[in-house]
Amino acid sequence: MTGKAASEALRLEGIHKAFGGFIALKSVDLAISRGELVCFVGPSGCGKTTLLRIIAGLETQTAGRVIQDGRDVSNAPPAARDYGIVFQSYALFPNLTIRDNVAYGLVNRRRGRGEIDARVAELLKLVGLPDSGAKYPAQMSGGQQQRIALARALATAPSLLLLDEPLSALDAKERERLRGEIRQLQRRLGVTTILVTHDQEEALSMADRVVVMNHGVIEQVGAPLEVYERPATPFVADFIGKVNVLNATCLGSGRYRVGQVELDTPVNGIAAGRAVRLYLRPEDRVLADGGPLAGRPNLLQGAVRNVDFLGTFCLATIDVDGFDGQSMLVYFSLNQALELGVREGVQIPFALRGERVRVFPAAAS
Amino acid sequence: MPRRLSLLTELLVARGGVVLLALALLLFLTLPLASLLVRSLEDRGGGFVGFANFATYFASPAFGNSTTNTLVFAALTTLFTVPQAFLFAYAIQRSCIPLKGLWRNIAMIPILAPSLLAALSFIYLFGNQGWLKFVIEWLGFKTVYGLPGMVMAMSFSSFPHAVMILLAGLALSDARMYEAADSLGTPGWRKFWTITLPGARYGLISAALVVFTMAVSEFGVPKVIGGNYSVLAIDVYKQVVGQQNFSMGAVVGLVLLLPAVLAFFIDSAVRRRQKALLTARSVPYSPRPQPLRDGLLLAYVVLISGVLLLVLGMAVFGSFVKVWPYNLSLTLNHYTYGFEEAGVGNAWPNSVMMAAWCALAGAAITFAGAYWLEKTGIEKSRFFGWARPLAQLQAMMPMAVPGMVLGIGYIVFFNSPANPLGFLYGTMAILVLSTVVHFYSSSHLTAVTALKALDNEFESVSASLKVPFYKTFWRVTVPVCLPSVIDISRYYFVNAMTTISAVVFLYSPKTTLAAISILHLDEAGNVGAAAAMATLIVATSAVVTAVFFFVEWLLVKKTQAWRRGTRS
Repeated sequence: MTGKAASEALRLEGIHKAFGGFIALKSVDLAISRGELVCFVGPSGCGKTTLLRIIAGLETQTAGRVIQDGRDVSNAPPAARDYGIVFQSYALFPNLTIRDNVAYGLVNRRRGRGEIDARVAELLKLVGLPDSGAKYPAQMSGGQQQRIALARALATAPSLLLLDEPLSALDAKERERLRGEIRQLQRRLGVTTILVTHDQEEALSMADRVVVMNHGVIEQVGAPLEVYERPATPFVADFIGKVNVLNATCLGSGRYRVGQVELDTPVNGIAAGRAVRLYLRPEDRVLADGGPLAGRPNLLQGAVRNVDFLGTFCLATIDVDGFDGQSMLVYFSLNQALELGVREGVQIPFALRGERVRVFPAAAS
Repeated sequence: MPRRLSLLTELLVARGGVVLLALALLLFLTLPLASLLVRSLEDRGGGFVGFANFATYFASPAFGNSTTNTLVFAALTTLFTVPQAFLFAYAIQRSCIPLKGLWRNIAMIPILAPSLLAALSFIYLFGNQGWLKFVIEWLGFKTVYGLPGMVMAMSFSSFPHAVMILLAGLALSDARMYEAADSLGTPGWRKFWTITLPGARYGLISAALVVFTMAVSEFGVPKVIGGNYSVLAIDVYKQVVGQQNFSMGAVVGLVLLLPAVLAFFIDSAVRRRQKALLTARSVPYSPRPQPLRDGLLLAYVVLISGVLLLVLGMAVFGSFVKVWPYNLSLTLNHYTYGFEEAGVGNAWPNSVMMAAWCALAGAAITFAGAYWLEKTGIEKSRFFGWARPLAQLQAMMPMAVPGMVLGIGYIVFFNSPANPLGFLYGTMAILVLSTVVHFYSSSHLTAVTALKALDNEFESVSASLKVPFYKTFWRVTVPVCLPSVIDISRYYFVNAMTTISAVVFLYSPKTTLAAISILHLDEAGNVGAAAAMATLIVATSAVVTAVFFFVEWLLVKKTQAWRRGTRS
């Protein structure tokens, strides 16, 4: 076994899944390392849950192989694979106490009662609910139930943990708290984890690597920052975070014309005369609060049409002069907004950070 | 490798269960019906004659007569019952009358009784020696025997079924529609016509179809109070029991099947449409007091409840009276000498035994069967996927098959010398089997509804924890669904106590049932003993129902901690 294979927890090769005429997954390839937390993220219907269920053996792929710890489990039933799973609905057994729920998989392994009790106590402590063994699931809050589901899945010490939208049934505060807890727990135990979510924020904040999916294919795999800063496709740029899309024409040598304005970006291979789209994050700009803007490249100015106040920051829609009606979302921290007097109708100058611009051919999206 | 072996066992249990269910239904439902079809194409000696039997029957005057009579009887019963049931259900769901639970329970009383009880009561009340005979004459009828008695008795029997459907139909309503109407200044009658009635229309159609089908398939009521008014179900009985002509019986049975199947398909089409009617965001309607409306509705509900109790009470009273109406002194003779004299002393114990078997075996088979169909992932199986639609289709079939038709199917199929299962004929087992099959559909639906309410991932979770699904079934699914299992069990028990339609062809002298013996006692002119037997059935059903409810209440109370959830 090579070093690479030894550190590999899971490998998917050419996974294909069709439900009748509908193709849910198209030849998906992916390798996951030991101890990694990987998030499958994408809009509903993108195939992320199907892929998770194939890894769990709850669905059978139409073609392709699933290799776990070097063992081909492509056709193994769920019970012959090694994983723990947590569902969005928790699926806790309502008529069993918390203790019996957590011990559910242990009892079957013919361990002694003392050993089981010790393990249950250990797990309940791990998820921060040490004294709840005698309660029933219906007596606990959603977040607590989710922790119990996690403890139950971890009880048999599986080498792989599968989380299917585990936080989407919770309210916003509880969700944010559990994000951090799950992440810490996963780091501490070092268990390889796959988390499926439609929430890109959740994916970015929790994952070691993000797998962005759409229409049954993987659009991009990468670290959260990488996926955010260098989206591989227009879909990823659009799905992860907020983005401005500007219709432009390539002038060659990294120059583009938007409306009557010319923008400078690093040189790439796109031919002059081609219609393109420029993708820019709202924060890819320099404002006048850091010093004078004069002399900077890509200097623009425009009237604020609308300001969305979002707590510690705000997003202003600016009708940029010379853009021929194309507007841009621009990010202001609350302090910047106050210092620069961002209000409806005010003219705001700013410079675009050309090096951050992503260029895609217009036909692609 | 014991692990692999246990996985194989698990798969075998999972797939085997569905295949077994599909085959059992094939054997005890579809094949008997198929052999009925074959038999209708044969002469009395078993030679193939094509449609000759049909031609003979359609050409006979009995055909036109019975068909018209059956449809008239069913249509009148529907028209008589459904509006009364609607008003009753409306009073309970949409007004502020007191004691709703009491009225609701009184409306359910007829379920505990065989339909024959109502026929006997109406004979006591309106018959040739009845106190209220003048009412029948005043209404312009010569006698209660025939259409008037049949419609009244059938209406009594079908009333709770219509009320149950309409209660459910009227429970589904969106308060916001009424609020919107109020804000636009809509008068009450207009709200009723434009919101209430349209909202309940599917319930009304469903109730009408159920009452219609019950009346079309009914055998006991026309037999006892029908006089010379001949209907299809009576023709089937005459052909099979009277003349031993199974081929002709099969032909009439198939004719009888037609309206029942038609009603079944209309009803399923209606049900499918109903699903889209309410959204999850609907706000349930709760009525506000309106003294005049509530007063009138209360008077109506009290009147109907009184009639229901009177009909029940008349039969009970008659069973204790020496010679109606000449000697009203009370006696237990009908229960003792009456039964013995007619040789039906073993009928009640037989019925209780059969009902107990149906309650036990029926509930176990139905619930396990529904579980296997819904929760074991059979639909994903490459080799056994076929078993699921086969079993599902057959599980719903009994709803469209009148008991009489099922009964002849059983005779033709199990009485055939070529059938290795022929030994079942004339045993208690065949009575239990036919009854479980006859009432399978409703029980199956109850089980499916209960199972669908469970989290879909229980089986996935237990597989990931390496616990075989049957352990989870036993430790989680059954305990959580126990109230529904008890309901199914009770349903089987009560129906087994009161049914006659399928078993009337299948009992032997040793396995006579209480409900069937009412027919014989009545035929022998022993109305007092017939009423006594009917009373005994009602009492048994009532006591057992009470016991079931008590057990259920106890269970729910004991498991309240996890059922309701008390957040601390």
